[in-house]
Amino acid sequence: MKVRDIQSAFNLEVAAGGGGLDREVVDGYCGDLLSDVMANAGRGSVWLTMQSHQNILAVAALKELAAIVLVNGNRPADDTRARADQEGIPILLSQGSSYQLAGMFFNAGIKKKEG
Amino acid sequence: MRVIREFKIKAKDFIHAGEGSMEIRKALKSLNLNAELVRRISICAYEAEMNVVIHGGDGTMSMALDDTGVVIEVTDNGSGIDDIDLALKEGYTTAGVEAQQMGFGAGMGLPNMVRNSDFFKIESEKDYGTYLIMCFKFNK
Repeated sequence: MKVRDIQSAFNLEVAAGGGGLDREVVDGYCGDLLSDVMANAGRGSVWLTMQSHQNILAVAALKELAAIVLVNGNRPADDTRARADQEGIPILLSQGSSYQLAGMFFNAGIKKKEG
Repeated sequence: MRVIREFKIKAKDFIHAGEGSMEIRKALKSLNLNAELVRRISICAYEAEMNVVIHGGDGTMSMALDDTGVVIEVTDNGSGIDDIDLALKEGYTTAGVEAQQMGFGAGMGLPNMVRNSDFFKIESEKDYGTYLIMCFKFNK
């Protein structure tokens, strides 16, 4: 599944990083503590968070995450958007909570295959 | 062993924090190193860089390599660590409110570095600063 598939399926606004919409999504992770995401998010994950500052792109790029979804109506600042465009990592926006979105993504088949 | 990257880290600069680690990751990727090794080094570099930003005075990070592996060294002239054993405990943090609201200071930085490096050593002197070295072997 590609980032653009979940973006269109759930009608998420693309705030930045549209150049990366064809990145492959293989798993997901929810977290607002950056070290937790650094430690535990898997490559190719879609990351659900309320953090909207520029440093989330450093985490996403270093961990090769597929995309970032800002939950609860959070929006990125201009410098965050510029960084996402530069890295080619999409930032998607939703009014929903991490819980709701994680459930929807999981049901849509975004989950790491066991084994 | 030759130094292939060296850069300065500015204390309290949460906005640009992480850029040095991204540079390190790009340099490692261009060397076609094993992806898992690049992942481990990237995590360690990021955590070390963030620690200087959160707690340090200004600091520097350098990365060197030879045929056997990669070495990352970080120094800062910050306030130093009171109790290193305590600082190495998962969940322990002295990060300020501002840092915590941004999702930093989870008390996982040093444990993440220990877990993802093959050799880790930290030395700190109250009021003078902190030095740490992390080594990563090519063939484990």
